[in-house]
Amino acid sequence: MTKTTIPVHLDINGRDHDLQLEPRVTLLDALRDRLGLTGTKKGCDHGQCGACTVHIDGERVLACLTLAAQVEGRTVTTIEGLAREGEMHPVQAAFLEQDAFQCGYCTPGQIMSAVACIREGHAGSDEEIREYMAGNLCRCGAYPHIVAAVRQAALEAAS
Amino acid sequence: MRDFDYIRPATIPDAIAAAAEPGSAYLAGGTNLLDLMKGGITSPERIVDISRLPELNRIERLDDGGLRIGALVRNADLAYDPAFAKSYPAVAEALLSGASAQLRNAATVGGNLLQRTRCSYFYDTASACNRRQPGTGCDALEGENRLHAVLGWSDACIATHPSDFCVPLVALDAVVEIEGKKGRRHVSLEEFHRLPGETPQRENALEPGDLIVAVRLPAEAASFSANARYLKVRERTSYAFAVVSAAAALVVDGGKIRAARLALGGVAAKPWRARSAEAVLLGADASEATFASAADAALADASPSGDNAFKIELARRIVIRALISALSGTPERLPALPASPFSNIPGARHDA
Ligand SMILES: Cc1cc2nc3c(=O)[nH]c(=O)nc-3n(C[C@H](O)[C@H](O)[C@H](O)COP(=O)(O)OP(=O)(O)OC[C@H]3O[C@@H](n4cnc5c(N)ncnc54)[C@H](O)[C@@H]3O)c2cc1C
Ligand code: SF4
Ligand code: FES
Ligand code: FES
Repeated sequence: MTKTTIPVHLDINGRDHDLQLEPRVTLLDALRDRLGLTGTKKGCDHGQCGACTVHIDGERVLACLTLAAQVEGRTVTTIEGLAREGEMHPVQAAFLEQDAFQCGYCTPGQIMSAVACIREGHAGSDEEIREYMAGNLCRCGAYPHIVAAVRQAALEAAS
Repeated sequence: MRDFDYIRPATIPDAIAAAAEPGSAYLAGGTNLLDLMKGGITSPERIVDISRLPELNRIERLDDGGLRIGALVRNADLAYDPAFAKSYPAVAEALLSGASAQLRNAATVGGNLLQRTRCSYFYDTASACNRRQPGTGCDALEGENRLHAVLGWSDACIATHPSDFCVPLVALDAVVEIEGKKGRRHVSLEEFHRLPGETPQRENALEPGDLIVAVRLPAEAASFSANARYLKVRERTSYAFAVVSAAAALVVDGGKIRAARLALGGVAAKPWRARSAEAVLLGADASEATFASAADAALADASPSGDNAFKIELARRIVIRALISALSGTPERLPALPASPFSNIPGARHDA
């Protein structure tokens, strides 16, 4: 049986991609399976863990609960698009410095979420960081170091 | 997920015509619908993506002092709208207590009202569920039902409505603006969601093709801004649905309650307006004794639907706490943990 596909134009990390997709393909599957951008992780595939966090038009959302077709004409940024000219993004550097991971599976989602959390102005205290990072679960329990990394990056961004 | 046709209509009439065809579903943020489609709980043949309809994206102040919130306004944008948060602080707090920052950036006003229950048997297609498949029975009755309804349930279904947003909205007399094949109509939010009775599959007042275009708040809703709170008990500190929640709003003058609104979440298949409790509050002294009588009135008709009698006492206490909290005044800054009964550390200011 031939499946119906639709043309979907995606702008990801500043590069244009023209794909032919079944309408049911999520942004997460398009990134990982079609474009080889495997930095964005699939944890639960049901909106519960935050591993698939990406930015659409600069705001954090879950790629597993977004159809690829929904983001046509919008700008998508993934973990692969954060570094500039070979320089790590300050939040990436803070995660390294604070040792804010163990297995690293949740880390791309944590970093994408943290970049947005700081930009939104929700990293003013540890309580606030915990609350506004609550959508990103870490099975390894690296939370204290994640909070420290977000705090450090937020202070750097403010100075 | 079963495959489907994907269409993105350019106008509201086109959207309604497309969605009126059997097997169609509107797609807004997708955070509930796509989850349900992945599990095969719902399998539409045609997805009508309304997320680009420009008219539905606005927050408008009405000449009569009311507010009209477009159905596609995102949960985060509404909560962070400074004028909105200032006038309706309990609604902003409820929004920020729901889901996560990522989900709130996608979830819309209309989608939030129409999100389906979180009953785990509803989600499991191998279980009997009258709401998902009428006439099959209800596995929750003899199953894991700690979090199920204590008000307004029937033997056909004991599920709850999971929305936080709807709880202060129903307290503030919100009205749902619906456009369908026969034109536009207004239904109060209190009447919009249905109790299960014998037909739990009929969840709300919508007919096939009906589109929610906006939610309205009447002028009076803003008069509670100085004394309004939403409190939500969760099984973990954050990122969890309500076990029970309450929205309380008061107008107090000289120690007497001049106006009162109260609604409960997590207790029934709809956001539960506690009118009998409001009657107890109106004109009475603003005191803990009054609040305790109001809480008794709010839960007078409650009964356990299973292993959940604790929710009745918990709801009573959260009502009292929400009323005390409303009386002591809307916090100047939203708390760092919105709606938490356990922490009042101030958070970022976005209502200035
Ligand atoms: C992990 C997780 C945790 C969550 N926690 C909470 C929580 O704590 N509190 C809470 O309140 N919510 C919570 N939610 C639910 C979330 O708020 C809803 O998924 C969201 O509000 C739905 O909005 P949406 O725009 O994404 O709707 P969609 O998924 O796009 O649509 C939902 C339904 O509404 C219909 N629809 C949408 N818009 C319209 C319209 N304008 N007219 C007619 N029909 C329409 C769709 O056809 C569909 O049936 C959680 C969700 C997840 C995944
Ligand atoms: S409580 Fe309602 S939703 Fe849950 S299994 Fe029973 S009928 Fe289905
Ligand atoms: S994979 Fe998207 S939230 Fe878990
Ligand atoms: S570092 Fe392993 S899940 Fe977070």
